[in-house]
Amino acid sequence: MHAVRGVDLTLAAGQKLGVAGESGCGKSTLALALLRLLPASAHLSGEILLDGEDVLTMKWGRLRAVRWAGASIVFQGAMHSLNAVHRIGDQIAEPLLIHGRATPAAARKRTAALLEQVGLPAARADAYPHELSGGQRQRVMIAMSLACDPHLIVADEPTTALDVMIQAQILRLIEQLVADQNISLLMISHDLAVLADTCDRLAVMYAGRVVEEGPAAAVHTAAHHPYAQALSAAFPRIGDPASRRAPRGLPGDPPDPARLPTGCTFHPRCPVALASCTQDDQPLREAAPHHHAACVHVSPAIPQGVSAP
Amino acid sequence: MTTSESTPPPETGSTPPPATGAAPQGKARSLTWERRRTSVARFWRQYRSHRAGLYGLGALLLIAAIALAAPLLVGSDVQNVTGAPGKALESPSSRFPLGTDQYGRSLFGLLLYGARISLSVGLMAAALSVAIGTLIGILAGHFGGWFATVVMRITDWFLVMPALVLAIVLATVLSQSVWTVVLAIGVTSWPTTARLVRAQTLAVESRPYIERAQALGGGHGHIMARHVLPNVMPLVLAQTTLLISSAILTEATLAFLGLGDPNVVSWGGMLQEARETGAVSSGHWWYLAPPGLAIAVVALAFTLCGRAVESVLNPKLGTSR
Amino acid sequence: MTTAEAPATSPLLASRALHVTFPGRRGAPPAQAVDGVDLELAPGEIVALVGESGCGKTTLARTLLGLVRPTSGEVSFGGETLDYRARALKAYRKRVQLVLQDPSGSLNPRHTVYDAVAEGLRIHGHPGDERAAVAEALSRAGLRPPERFFLRYPHELSGGQRQRVVIAGALVLGPELIVADEPVASLDASVRGEILALLLKLRDELGLSALVVTHDLGLAWNIADRVAVMYLGRIVESGPVEDVLTHPQHPYTQALLSVLPEADGEPVVLSGEPPDPSRIPSGCRFHARCQVLASGRAEEAGVADKCRTEPLPVLPAHADGPQVACHWAAARRVPRPGGPQE
Repeated sequence: MHAVRGVDLTLAAGQKLGVAGESGCGKSTLALALLRLLPASAHLSGEILLDGEDVLTMKWGRLRAVRWAGASIVFQGAMHSLNAVHRIGDQIAEPLLIHGRATPAAARKRTAALLEQVGLPAARADAYPHELSGGQRQRVMIAMSLACDPHLIVADEPTTALDVMIQAQILRLIEQLVADQNISLLMISHDLAVLADTCDRLAVMYAGRVVEEGPAAAVHTAAHHPYAQALSAAFPRIGDPASRRAPRGLPGDPPDPARLPTGCTFHPRCPVALASCTQDDQPLREAAPHHHAACVHVSPAIPQGVSAP
Repeated sequence: MTTSESTPPPETGSTPPPATGAAPQGKARSLTWERRRTSVARFWRQYRSHRAGLYGLGALLLIAAIALAAPLLVGSDVQNVTGAPGKALESPSSRFPLGTDQYGRSLFGLLLYGARISLSVGLMAAALSVAIGTLIGILAGHFGGWFATVVMRITDWFLVMPALVLAIVLATVLSQSVWTVVLAIGVTSWPTTARLVRAQTLAVESRPYIERAQALGGGHGHIMARHVLPNVMPLVLAQTTLLISSAILTEATLAFLGLGDPNVVSWGGMLQEARETGAVSSGHWWYLAPPGLAIAVVALAFTLCGRAVESVLNPKLGTSR
Repeated sequence: MTTAEAPATSPLLASRALHVTFPGRRGAPPAQAVDGVDLELAPGEIVALVGESGCGKTTLARTLLGLVRPTSGEVSFGGETLDYRARALKAYRKRVQLVLQDPSGSLNPRHTVYDAVAEGLRIHGHPGDERAAVAEALSRAGLRPPERFFLRYPHELSGGQRQRVVIAGALVLGPELIVADEPVASLDASVRGEILALLLKLRDELGLSALVVTHDLGLAWNIADRVAVMYLGRIVESGPVEDVLTHPQHPYTQALLSVLPEADGEPVVLSGEPPDPSRIPSGCRFHARCQVLASGRAEEAGVADKCRTEPLPVLPAHADGPQVACHWAAARRVPRPGGPQE
């Protein structure tokens, strides 16, 4: 079963890249693969270069160092990623102590600073995870990921299951931290609008492959691939008369990675599929400058691409 | 997590039933039958992959067959003391493969007959115990409040009470019969089941489908019977198979202590008689060892089956995956 | 089905001065989850109840379904006050159905699709052909051909299909109202639109009313006729979707809309968590987080003291236009002597 099939992505230092797609499209697998966090039974091929170093061939000791200091990951389920029996302060300080970067006293000080940085009072270090609300727990997760000054943060659905207002708070916090500390951000979500708002570039994944990639605003508002168009129409713009009383979705279900359709994997759900789509897989093509889409309808001559269904 | 495509038909052989013009009642029934058949087939397919469970099952089927056929194999008058065929305490011979007891009865015949009592008492006692435990567990889990508090305190009281002692007291007070032994074991061993079932009931009751059933208009009975019971059944089934072996052991213990039914032969009773006739000191291993081994084999077979059933029905517990 | 004949003026479902209070745990003060709600739902109408988690919207929905008994106030359906005796409640449950957020959780993993859909029929004793009724409900919910799904178990279906099964289970009894609690929140983005379109289609075909509880304003824009914004147990703004979502009057609604990813203007991110229903602030319940009060605009309008001390009345259940429970909005609207413009 191929969860991720041939993904090429580049993220420049200080840049923010969004990866969109729905459950089972391989976006979380991709995030875990970046830090080699997949189970041993998973087979990885290709290269993952972090600051020029290949993560896949790295020695174990170096990988451990990279996992904390080079890149860190913020998971979606903040409740499950925090250990329920330890105080949050101890959990934030843990990597500092493990890597011998700080004395216990210094680690405590750093923890307090980190908590304030993510907008929590330093005194909350003594709290247990269950004493915090969902938004506060997500802040703790972010503080943990910042503990060792990483160059890259991978945020996997950081705001899913949070209320709109809390979601706005967390997104704003992430944006601000990334801007202040010149950290690169790889953010994964199913909500194209949220990603377009936060990130510089967007990649849309379907069935383990990137089907569209380009500048965030362009991918969101003028997508070329019909799947990316459907994703951006899924969350309507309030005030837009076209979406009033007209919810738009795609028929069918996301494909099972174990039994992918032939040809273009999107063709069974595609409103503009051609007969050839059942046979021919489409590579990414240039649709506009710095903007690529993997659709038969995309040709560089017509930058507008296909019209919305 | 597991998303399957909508277009292809289901892979597990659940083909759509033929839409023939039969009566609606018949259609519904055939549907139910079809569904049960598929789920039994699925259960068996998974059970087959547990080799230890297969050995246990094979041993059980063999023992059950022997127990059922005992009268045909060794004649129905083996237990008869008056017309015993041999002399007292003979050594194994071609006529008496395991020798004779102090009355001259064939120990081999008695051993086969003993399987009847051990199996039936074990099964009935486990069934009784699990029935009590399930009923109490579901009621306590479903209704909650002061009712649950009272019931669970009683359960705790039974749980900390030494079950064997209680069973001895019951078996002493009541008349000496097989039913007393069943009752004594059943009444003393339910608290673990009740605790397990209550915990599972609470977990099931917190699921959204319980709320959906309430919103559909389902009452207490509907929720307990249609939603809670099917979801605790795997647990109960596994618990039953595991309890049978301990019930067989308890039965043997009670019989060994002389509290069994004196009119029937059981493995525990054979051991007791062996001890009384001094088989231990005189080295009559053929009197002592076979009933002891038989108890161990049956208990082991049930445990193996129980573990296999448990890991098929509750894949999260098992080590098979 | 039968509701089509009812005059449009009489509400299908109504609540009057509804209060639900939960006792506090370990000496904590009681939580007023629903604190005075008047709400009406006309036949064939889709109303979205919007608010943050903890605002009491789910409790309100459960109270309207009769799953929670109100502390005071009443729920009426089809003009009759809801009766909490077992038999009457069971009859009510035939007419009002619930669809929950998590379709995987709301289906019993040990029941097949057929059993899950037929459950309501069995509870209420269906006189006719059960199989035909199940098949019809499944195809209405978009699972065609229905026979193919009968013997499937929930884990063999995708999230969208599961939610369709839940909806089919609700439809099979021929209800007049569906209460849906976050019906698409746990579904994939591409499937979301399909399920919402199904709710719209059912309204058009069967005249089914729906109360959709959600935190997603886009959902309200997609399908609802009216929207009611709830804050701390009370409805603070309600009205037709076009009015409330494009010209919000209440600062809370304005803030909720402003933080949407594509909203125009500067987002108003309210700090802190939604407050505690066991300690409802005096005066306007929103005043502690209100950006209008904090920025001094309420002071300019001369209502700052009122905001802090004077409680607002419960919004009336039925009105044609938008209504808002806010001192500042009221002060801006009524006297307009060339005063503060927007």
